[in-house]
Amino acid sequence: MPLHDRRVDLRLSRRGPKSLHSGSGFSCIPLQRHALNSPHDFAGEVQALRPELLRFARLQLRNDTWAEDAVSETLLAALEKPAAFSGRARLKTWLVGILKHKVIDQLRRHARECAWEHPEDEGSDEIEAALFMPDGHYREAPQDWGDPELVLKQRQFIEVMEACVERLPAQLGRVFLLREWLELDSDEICKELGITPTNLWVILHRARMRLRECLQMNWFDPTEKDPR
Amino acid sequence: LRTCREVARLILQKQDRALPEALALRLHLRICQACPRFEKQVRLMQRGMEQWRAYREE
Repeated sequence: MPLHDRRVDLRLSRRGPKSLHSGSGFSCIPLQRHALNSPHDFAGEVQALRPELLRFARLQLRNDTWAEDAVSETLLAALEKPAAFSGRARLKTWLVGILKHKVIDQLRRHARECAWEHPEDEGSDEIEAALFMPDGHYREAPQDWGDPELVLKQRQFIEVMEACVERLPAQLGRVFLLREWLELDSDEICKELGITPTNLWVILHRARMRLRECLQMNWFDPTEKDPR
Repeated sequence: LRTCREVARLILQKQDRALPEALALRLHLRICQACPRFEKQVRLMQRGMEQWRAYREE
């Protein structure tokens, strides 16, 4: 196969990003003030947010069992100390804040299974080979992605972006989201995963390269975009 | 003081660390027509991720 044909197929399914995560529609559940006065209502509000928390945890942990454990720990923490919820933030924001800590706990608990082993197996060099010639020049100059303000206004762009993040290989995705969702700094990630800074930069570089290629293929390049 | 492939790596790594390379990157972006577009794409992705985070969390 000639080198320039080595495109990595990052196209999303024909049903669009929604099909990758059933039940992705987001609900904004307004928290009633009486919720703080009634344990039953508070528990109901918390429980209603469980599917969304589970989606978050799955996206980060890439393991259903670990995700369910993290969410259960989150709900327990919330129900044990409802008074800790001041009502200044949305309930969902408060719960996501707790969940982030529980997700990190899960990563620590399963550190051995999450250990980074073979970064060269993630196939991102193929993406680079498709983008660049052996002398380091672009095969084709990068496309103009247009006015960022207009692009970012489109809800569907954010959904395609999320679907592209979901399509990252498990190990790349975990590390990328430690950085971009849990917002850990490089030192913290290296400490948590037991990897060197150089290794981390390579991993993040490859994740971003894949994400860019996926967005190019599924959003910006109409000739390659799947019909919806 | 880089090929477009090396500069693309620097642009991506700049998202996660302070570059030592920083001069080479600026110099290359002055004379190259393709790499500034790549840099613009990466900036859009970063803003997209920030928006995704806000969208999903709050």
